[in-house]
Amino acid sequence: MTAIRLSLAAALLGATALGAGAQELRIGLNEDPDILDPDQSRTFVGRIVYTALCDKLVDITPELELIPQLATEWSWNDDATQLTMQLREGVTFHDGTPFDAEAVAANIDRSQNLEESRRKSELTSITNVEVLGDHEIRFDLDTPDATLLAQLADRAGMMISPTAAEEAGADFGLEPICSGPFSFVERVAQDRIVLEAFPEYWNAEEIMLAGVTYLPIPDTTVRLANLQSGDLDMIERLAATDLAAAEGDSSITVERATSLGYDGMTFNVGNGDRADNPFGADGKLLRQALSAAIDRAAISQVVFNGVTTPGNQQYSPESPFYAADYPVPGRDVERARELLAEAGYEDGVDLEVQVPNDPVNQQVMQVIQSMAGEAGIRISLQSKEFATMLADQTAGDYTASLVGWSGRVDPDGNIHQFMTTNGGINDSGYSNEEVDRLLNEARQTNETEERKALYAEARGILNEDLPIVYLWHDTWLWALSDRVQGFVPYPDGMIRLEGVSLAEN
Amino acid sequence: MLSFILRRLLIAIPTIILISIFVFSLQKFLPGDPVLAMAGEERDPETIAFLREKYNLNDPIPVQYLSWVGNALTGDLGISLRTNQPVLELIGQKLPVTIQLATMSMIFALLIGIPAGILSAIRKGTITDYVANIVALSGLSIPNFWLGIMLILLVSVKWQLLPASGYVPFDQDPLRSIQVMIMPAFVLGTALAATLMRHTRSAMLTVLTSDYVRTARAKGLTERRVILHHAFRNALTPIVTLSALLFGELIAGAVLTEQIFTVPGFGKLVVDAVFNRDYAVVQGIVLVTAVGFIVMNLLADIAYVLLNPRLRS
Amino acid sequence: MPQAADPMTVDAESLNDPVLDRKPENRVWKKFRAHRSAMFGGTLVAFFVAAAILAPVLPIPDPTATDWAAVRQAPSSVHPLGTDEIGRDVLSRLVWGARASLLAGVVSVLIAVAIGVPLGIAAGYFRGWIDAVISRCTEALLAAPFLILAIALAAFLGPSLTNAMIAIGISATPLFVRLTRGQVLSVAAEDYVESARAIGLPTHKVLLRYILPNTLPPILVQATLTIATAIIAEASLSFLGLGQQPPAPSWGSMLNTAKNFLNQAPWMALWPGIAIFLVVLGFNLLGDGLRDALDPREQ
Repeated sequence: MTAIRLSLAAALLGATALGAGAQELRIGLNEDPDILDPDQSRTFVGRIVYTALCDKLVDITPELELIPQLATEWSWNDDATQLTMQLREGVTFHDGTPFDAEAVAANIDRSQNLEESRRKSELTSITNVEVLGDHEIRFDLDTPDATLLAQLADRAGMMISPTAAEEAGADFGLEPICSGPFSFVERVAQDRIVLEAFPEYWNAEEIMLAGVTYLPIPDTTVRLANLQSGDLDMIERLAATDLAAAEGDSSITVERATSLGYDGMTFNVGNGDRADNPFGADGKLLRQALSAAIDRAAISQVVFNGVTTPGNQQYSPESPFYAADYPVPGRDVERARELLAEAGYEDGVDLEVQVPNDPVNQQVMQVIQSMAGEAGIRISLQSKEFATMLADQTAGDYTASLVGWSGRVDPDGNIHQFMTTNGGINDSGYSNEEVDRLLNEARQTNETEERKALYAEARGILNEDLPIVYLWHDTWLWALSDRVQGFVPYPDGMIRLEGVSLAEN
Repeated sequence: MLSFILRRLLIAIPTIILISIFVFSLQKFLPGDPVLAMAGEERDPETIAFLREKYNLNDPIPVQYLSWVGNALTGDLGISLRTNQPVLELIGQKLPVTIQLATMSMIFALLIGIPAGILSAIRKGTITDYVANIVALSGLSIPNFWLGIMLILLVSVKWQLLPASGYVPFDQDPLRSIQVMIMPAFVLGTALAATLMRHTRSAMLTVLTSDYVRTARAKGLTERRVILHHAFRNALTPIVTLSALLFGELIAGAVLTEQIFTVPGFGKLVVDAVFNRDYAVVQGIVLVTAVGFIVMNLLADIAYVLLNPRLRS
Repeated sequence: MPQAADPMTVDAESLNDPVLDRKPENRVWKKFRAHRSAMFGGTLVAFFVAAAILAPVLPIPDPTATDWAAVRQAPSSVHPLGTDEIGRDVLSRLVWGARASLLAGVVSVLIAVAIGVPLGIAAGYFRGWIDAVISRCTEALLAAPFLILAIALAAFLGPSLTNAMIAIGISATPLFVRLTRGQVLSVAAEDYVESARAIGLPTHKVLLRYILPNTLPPILVQATLTIATAIIAEASLSFLGLGQQPPAPSWGSMLNTAKNFLNQAPWMALWPGIAIFLVVLGFNLLGDGLRDALDPREQ
């Protein structure tokens, strides 16, 4: 305890020594991150902290283009089975270990082979890593993998100090050492994560802050109140319902970006015995009826103050991969009734939907319940804690589930593992040979236009079958004190601190 | 005295064993797989199988329990499944926070509850007594999480007088630390103040009708002296005993208050751990709380004996 | 050892006056009638009970009827207490929510009494190893904080009103075991029980005719006070998302939702809190009054 205090005091002293004007930024997070090890981590909120702590091989622009970070350039061989990367020179990890090709090889090896690693499935295509020089490396793939670069732009591409990783093993997350603009100072679970600027950062001139402290504050009203009182400089995931209050405050600015994820209802169409229900294996017509009965725009208006984007596909209508041939449908209760009749349920039908026991999701489901009721679909809600809901969903012990996905940079990450036969998270139990073929092919080509066409074709089948009824895409809302300058919103919901500064009081 | 303490400690052992078995078996039946919760959005089957093995979740439950007890006896309460931090370290981080909160609530409750109780007792049957009683009962009846929400709404959001949440360690910035904790301490202390007031009142009433107070009055002592030196001193025994007992309950009562004000203490730790299925943390906390509860009970007993000369022998 | 002097528990000895035991009803009722705050508490409780029972016939809208055009509207003549996050009438939900809260209070206490009293009698009357087992278990449960126990149990059973009631009931059981046991211990030592046993009356008759009736008054008081605690506990569990589930209303779950709208719709948080406060106050006053009325020492 005392040791932590001392190091904190030292850190604070060091910070002030950095020079006048450099301030500490305090950011309110929506929840407490899990373990701070990029290879073991699994929460969205953890990635926000990594953005300041750990550099990746590749980064993205707000428009989702891939740009260099620790890799300065890269190229593919002709059949797209070898990816060669040039690495940035003069980079060191926070413990002084130099960053080079050997370090990258060690990182990929750890992501693939550390038993606790959650990154294995993201790097399955890499079969061999060749160190070609101090700062040149080649990844050999078994099949072309269009998703690989996007994976390397996320946790699988985060570089941690091989020395520290070797030493700490699976406990690396207790004191993470990377090469990002800020280094780890201390963490008090559920209270704060403190980082300080790393003086030897390769891009140090872009870093205007002396340090950053993340404070998990789950209650949205409290988070906003702390921003208004000046106890925080910035908060992420401002609640849509608090938007008006935040915008009404002249000392606060709000930034927004449409998320890469989606929210919708997943149906059990082939995951165990419970797929045997009216909306299950042979329930295509009823699923279509439900989709027609829902007013997606009204959900966005009523629950989210119009902040979210109504949707009907795995990416939002703003995405370049959105299949424009299948626009977001309006509400059509007549059509829903017809479909019900066609399926043989003129007198209505019952549907049980499981929903996480948090107020926002429950509000959405109650709105849907009321809409579906008008079309003759009597929905009963089954509230569960999120942990229980997920377990039941995986086990196939459900008929329908209101559940979302945080989204990935590459379009494959939002669809392949959900809709291919035996896909990693195919809780729906959906299986269609044609869809499998299309999605596998889309994964193996780097040609954007070709991929778009393949996804659109798959979408045609999926929008008919509707194993997932997509409903909306969240909008990330950040609220910032007007002292914070230079913040750029990204659709991945991350907070990049390059160029961000904090004016003095 | 020593043998008395030893005997009490021996009786406590089966209680602690029972509570640990109870909590252990309860959470083994909790729906929602902890490993699944840890495996993340992707839920890779290979990872799941490995984690199950790593945390011995495939062993029969009695075997799991015994290995946990074995480790607990050597001071190892396991690690948090969520953050990999040792449970003991987590508890060490959180306990001071909750103790500060409980202490502040206690001070608040003593400052309000005892004077109000004395006043109410010496003015028995008057309007003062009546009002004090109604206020105390109201304090007991108000749901403290609601009181917390209302205070945040008024004091923090509307008037912006006090921060809505947070925690500053006392040794880092005492003033700020107290300022941040005023609201949660007030909320947590409300019911306590009411309880203390009611007990002080009834203890005072008993004492005020006793012979020695009558004697003191007959001797012509001032009423002030009678009340403070004779009556209150004798009424103190049950109040001190009660305070010790309540302090233990305060720590537990902090659960919702900490949740509302985002105070990173014990209560928040346990609720989040239940929701995240972070078993090792839940087990560790319940164990520590139960031990703490038993210790507070013991202290209350000792205080009782010490304050009651007749029982000292 | 001093009795754990919780204000919400009953001093067993004080309720044991043999004079009062003979024909206590009239005197108790008279004292109770004269107890003004108890009568006030009774009125409060009666008011909420009436609202809960009469909910279906009162001229209020359907508590689950949504209206997108009237979301989070401030109190007005159409909606006297305003509307909630999906345009439902807050007054109506408050009235129907009384059902959940009262039901939770009463049923969970009934559960606690149904389990706790027989166990307490068994422990106090038969003593020996039965007593040892029951007492150790009771102490173990008492050492685990009430709300933490209820949260863990509710999470174990899954979020629903029924499960919340079971969780609260089980968590409150040790209180009744301890109280009943202490009460039985003192009653069993009375002369008339000794003589009943001496003339060979079967155990179940002794229990039913002598022990049980004499343990009831403090249990009644304790039950009334515990209803108050249970109502707050249900509200707390619902507040954490572990109690009553939507769209059915309960005061705790209304508060759970309302805390997300403090900025825009403070009235959503105001009324359920006041309702909980009043009904709990009612039960506390009632319990206090009962205690005084049943206590032979207070005049």
